[in-house]
Amino acid sequence: MSQIFNCSRRDFCKNGALLGTGLVLGFYLPGCQKKEIIPPASGPFKPNAFIQIAPDDTVTFFINKSEMGQGVYTSLPMLIAEELEVDWKKIRIEAAPVAPEYNHTQWGNLQGTGGSTSIRSTFDQLRTAGGAGRMMLVQAAAQIWEVPPESCKVEGGKVVHPKGEKSLSYGTLVGAAAKLQPPKQVPLKPAASFKIIGKPRARLDTPAKVNGTAEFGIDVKRPNLLTAVIARPPVFGATLKAFDGEAAKAVPGVKEVVQVDSGVAVVAESFWAAKLGRDALKIKWDDGPLAKLDSGTQGKEYAALAQKPGPVGASRGDAAATFAGAAKKIEAIYEMPYLAHAPMEPLNCVADVRADSCEIWVGTQMQTLDRNAAAEITGLPPEKVTLHTTFLGGGFGRRAVGDSHFVREAVQVSKAMKVPVKVVWTREDDIRGGYYRPRAYHTVRAALGENNLPSVWEQRIVCQSIVKGTPFEEAMMKEGIDHTAVEGIVDLSYAVPNLQVEYQMAPAGVPVLWWRSVGHSFTAFVKECFVDELAIAAGQDPLSYRKQLLGEHPRQIALLDLLAEKAGWGKPEQGRTQGLAIHESFGSIVAQVAEVTVEDNKIKVQRVVCAVDCGQTVNPDTIVAQMQSAIYFGMAAALHDAITFKNGRVEQSNFHDYPMPRLAAMPVVEVHIMPSKEKPGGIGEPGVPPIAPAIANAVFAATKMRLRTLPLNLAPPTKTPAPASKGGKKKKK
Amino acid sequence: MITLIVNEKNFEVDVAPDTPLLWVLRDHLQLTGTKYSCGIGECGACTVHINGEAVRSCQVVVQEAVDKKITTIEGLPENHPVKAAWVAEEVVQCGYCQPGQIMQATAFLAKFPEPLDADIDREMTGICRCGTYPRIRTAIHRAAKASAKGGKP
Repeated sequence: MSQIFNCSRRDFCKNGALLGTGLVLGFYLPGCQKKEIIPPASGPFKPNAFIQIAPDDTVTFFINKSEMGQGVYTSLPMLIAEELEVDWKKIRIEAAPVAPEYNHTQWGNLQGTGGSTSIRSTFDQLRTAGGAGRMMLVQAAAQIWEVPPESCKVEGGKVVHPKGEKSLSYGTLVGAAAKLQPPKQVPLKPAASFKIIGKPRARLDTPAKVNGTAEFGIDVKRPNLLTAVIARPPVFGATLKAFDGEAAKAVPGVKEVVQVDSGVAVVAESFWAAKLGRDALKIKWDDGPLAKLDSGTQGKEYAALAQKPGPVGASRGDAAATFAGAAKKIEAIYEMPYLAHAPMEPLNCVADVRADSCEIWVGTQMQTLDRNAAAEITGLPPEKVTLHTTFLGGGFGRRAVGDSHFVREAVQVSKAMKVPVKVVWTREDDIRGGYYRPRAYHTVRAALGENNLPSVWEQRIVCQSIVKGTPFEEAMMKEGIDHTAVEGIVDLSYAVPNLQVEYQMAPAGVPVLWWRSVGHSFTAFVKECFVDELAIAAGQDPLSYRKQLLGEHPRQIALLDLLAEKAGWGKPEQGRTQGLAIHESFGSIVAQVAEVTVEDNKIKVQRVVCAVDCGQTVNPDTIVAQMQSAIYFGMAAALHDAITFKNGRVEQSNFHDYPMPRLAAMPVVEVHIMPSKEKPGGIGEPGVPPIAPAIANAVFAATKMRLRTLPLNLAPPTKTPAPASKGGKKKKK
Repeated sequence: MITLIVNEKNFEVDVAPDTPLLWVLRDHLQLTGTKYSCGIGECGACTVHINGEAVRSCQVVVQEAVDKKITTIEGLPENHPVKAAWVAEEVVQCGYCQPGQIMQATAFLAKFPEPLDADIDREMTGICRCGTYPRIRTAIHRAAKASAKGGKP
């Protein structure tokens, strides 16, 4: 039946197209084996911004979240398909254009991806979109058959007649459905009826990513496209005094040297020519106020700032008095360095500025801001700017910038050159280009009461503000507190009667940004290491100690029990030690046990067992993948990476001195998902926070050395390489 | 003019002989499956085969590749067991490094048709910032088994 339908429908579509649209309800198809009343076809049916169904049954989903590896080009279609009841094999994915319908449901007038919100913020929206489309298609079929819509069934992209003898594919119904009004109410399936949500599904982007055809921003091809490489200031805040582009222009293939806001762009026929041209530039910079920036000196400044009270992010009881009167006190200082995101695809952007239009191709997490920035530079109204979101070769927050700097410079160069231009950052540009996870200095102190549980917890956080001076300040900064600096500790899960969290904003200058898990990346390190210190001081097992403090958080206790069972807590393999951490962030809870070995002061993470409670799951295999990914990402930072400064310059430049662990260093990772009916939580970031403290706690178990500075370093200071000794690797008490 | 043999086709390119092969492939031949990430031979995203050997094309000047058989991700058959294994094991996340990982893995399996984990640890030295390493490992074992059963390595 469906085969016949398909063969005739093709002819019909052609005819329909010739006729304009099939305005006549009902259409007799000669040559078919069965005489069938067919509804008129028309152009595609778009019940809403997310769905388009074509007469040939092709279903296109417009996805407004950027695919950077976290699997949204599969998980979000699953949400739509669950209610649309479509044939999964017929689904195509397109990146949504910039339009108000695609704004983030929780971010106001912004279209973007971040904060591990893609599932959480669209779970109802996209299911409703799918359901609305299905209801309209069912209604269209019901009208044709003259039966009540509720008597029809749907399956695999077809509406089935109540008697079950005939069916109409969605494609054949597009004309009729397009004439209907969207339903006012869309009842959604209960979780128990889910057929797609919560069941593993292969990623839709895999085939293109294994055969090399997936188009990342850096791969975009346009007629007459030139490539630009930009010389940016060697010191943050430095300004251009003068430049001489003659030698650069003499490089074969170089077309022009153009000054833009971010520096001096060398525009050429190819990347390599542009890069050689940049090498040949002669530039004089005024290094500006950060000319002497030095990580060692900065560390002392942060330590001094930590002596001063700051705005209060959380306060209960009387922390100061309790601490003053306590007998058993524990104090510590934790330090965490600046970190680069270092996505595998260096930043890039293609811009094509014309007199009356501007087109942009970019892997971005912030479409609306980028579009608006281009409108501002070109003087065009925003609707004349078209932004195409490509695949992102990693994001981790680096492509979610408030100032659109890597889009702005491409638009500026194209505007100057009057041809399409691709700006490409080198890896060195990336590592030295700022927008780092802020450096942080935390003082924390607690006292143990008679029951050996903490009676007080005081923490002071020194770090730069990510949001101050950005479009996000209004929403994310309240009463002098940048929420991203204190998240994960102001909402401390542990039952401590007296709590005080203060924030000291460190001086601005080095551009800082959200780095996968943002503030949780350091607050969890401090919280989960320090609670371990308290457990040790109390002479108790770190697992049972935590459980005593989590009385108000049954999900966390349940997760710890699951983790302890799966990890074999307290029974590590011979020669290994275990460390534990648990942290709630982005609406999900993740607990991990790291098993390590320490040999010749070298830490090797052998195995990580991870338990995650992210509520209702959508694509479970993606959850496993994101936990593996987060553990790797956090482990690289825990063991290796730091951005440090000397004479105002970033000391690192590429993967040889900002190293990434390779396959051989990857631990065995076992992921266990807690079954849950709670609403969905985030999944891209919550796996990162627990891994660094879990490793540090395991290292303590192995060595009795409490490492409170990241990256973790057991080597004696004399053996520490020069750059590291200047920065965030100082030994703390 | 420099003549290159890429994916069994001849190409003539007008570039300086010391241009890195990576940028000739990407900018002149439009073979953008081969990726740039570090430019210093650390990460392996630009891995291609030259006469069957996996090499980091950012570290090879185009002159050195003349008269040799260059294979890029685009030249790997669609039904190649390594590609099939990558799909079956759901390896990819952002996907940017994967063409390089796949090219490294195919050359590796040609030398080590029955690889031990230690061989994989030693030879698979590319960087994946998404941490897909556990799946790369299982995909390599899967591809090895498929090849042993008669698929082409």
